Amino acid sequence: MNTKTNLFLFACFVLLAAGKSTSPDGYAVGDRVEDFKLKNVDGKMVALSDYKDQKGVILIFDCNTCPYSKAYNQRIIDLHAKYSTMGFPVVTINANDPNISPGDSFAQMVKRAKNKGYTFPYLIDESQDVARAFGATNTPHVFLLTKTGNDFVVAYTGAIDNNSRDAARADKRYVEDAIGALMTGKDVPTTRTKAVGCGIKYRNT
Amino acid sequence: MKNPIPVVFLLFSSHILLYGQVPGNAEIVKLPELQKIIDAPSEQIKVVNFWATWCAPCIKEIPLFEELNAERNDVKVFLVSLDLDLDPNPAKVYRFMERRGIESAVLLLNEKDPNTWIDEIDPDWSGALPATLIVNGSTGERIFIERQLQDGDLEQLIRDVK
Repeated sequence: MNTKTNLFLFACFVLLAAGKSTSPDGYAVGDRVEDFKLKNVDGKMVALSDYKDQKGVILIFDCNTCPYSKAYNQRIIDLHAKYSTMGFPVVTINANDPNISPGDSFAQMVKRAKNKGYTFPYLIDESQDVARAFGATNTPHVFLLTKTGNDFVVAYTGAIDNNSRDAARADKRYVEDAIGALMTGKDVPTTRTKAVGCGIKYRNT
Repeated sequence: MKNPIPVVFLLFSSHILLYGQVPGNAEIVKLPELQKIIDAPSEQIKVVNFWATWCAPCIKEIPLFEELNAERNDVKVFLVSLDLDLDPNPAKVYRFMERRGIESAVLLLNEKDPNTWIDEIDPDWSGALPATLIVNGSTGERIFIERQLQDGDLEQLIRDVK
C-alpha cells in the first residue's frame, strides 16, 4: 500500500472513531439485552430473566424527583394495570446518584413505592451499570423489550406518549401503539422517540 | 361605567399575579424563530444553553453563562428555557429571572411534541437537560454538549469552535 492509501485509511479510521464517540452509547432497537439483577424496594433481588415467561417487559428508567417522572407517574401505574395481564408488565429502575440527587436515595424510593402503591418493581441501579448498558439518558425513559426465543430484544425506546403535560391530550401513545403492534404481529410503527426530560444523574467517571 | 379606574387596576394587577413582571430580556419563541437566532450569521460566538427552572444541574451552571455574557463582547449568550413544555405559564421563569437578576437573553421555547423538534436543534441531543450548543456565527461550526458544565468548560468549547 502506498502512503496515500495509508493516510486515507487512517483518516477513515479517525472519522469512524470520532463518529462513534459522539453517537449515544447503549442498546439500539433490535439489540439483544444482557440479563441484569438489581435490588427492589422490598429488599429482594429482581432479574430480567425472572420475566422469561412473559411476552415482554416495559422497562422504564425513572426517579422520584424529576417533574417529568411526577407528570408520568400515574401513566406508568396505568401501563402496568393495563398490560401486565397481557404479558407486558412494568419494571422501573432508578439510576440517579443520591449524592447528586438526595431525593432519589433508596429510602426515598421505598417511600415513593409505598405511597403510590406500586405493584411492580422499583429497582435501584447503584452502580449505574444497567443504565449505562441501556444508554438511558433521561427520566422517564422507556425501553420496551420483547421476548424473542430466549432473549429480550429492544422493540421501542423513548417516551411514553407525546404530551408530558396532559395524558388525555396525547395524540401519539408510543408505548401502547408498540405493544399493540407486537401483540398482533405487526411492525412497531415508531421505534424511537425523544422527549424533554431530566438527565439521569450519572457519577462523573 | 361610573368609575373605570378600579376595573383597569384590577385587570392590571391580576395580570401581574398571573404572569409576574415580564422581564425585558425574556421572549417567548417558536422553533423557527429559535433556529433563525441560532443560524443567523454573526461576528460573535453564540452560546445557546437549554435549561429549565426545575432542573437543578441547570441552575448550578447558569452563573457560568451569566459571567460569560457579562464579560465577553465576542460571545452572545441565549438561555433557552424549556419550562413551557411541562407548564404553559411562563411566570415561574420570569420570577426566577427576577430573583437571580438574569441579564442574558432568555428565550422561552413554546412548542408541542418534542420528538418532532429535538433533532432539529441537534441530532446528538437526547432531550435531557442541561444541554448547550456553541455556534461560531461566521463559520457555522457547532459543538453540542449534553451535560452540566464546570468552570472553564465554556472557555474551552469557545476556543474549540473558533
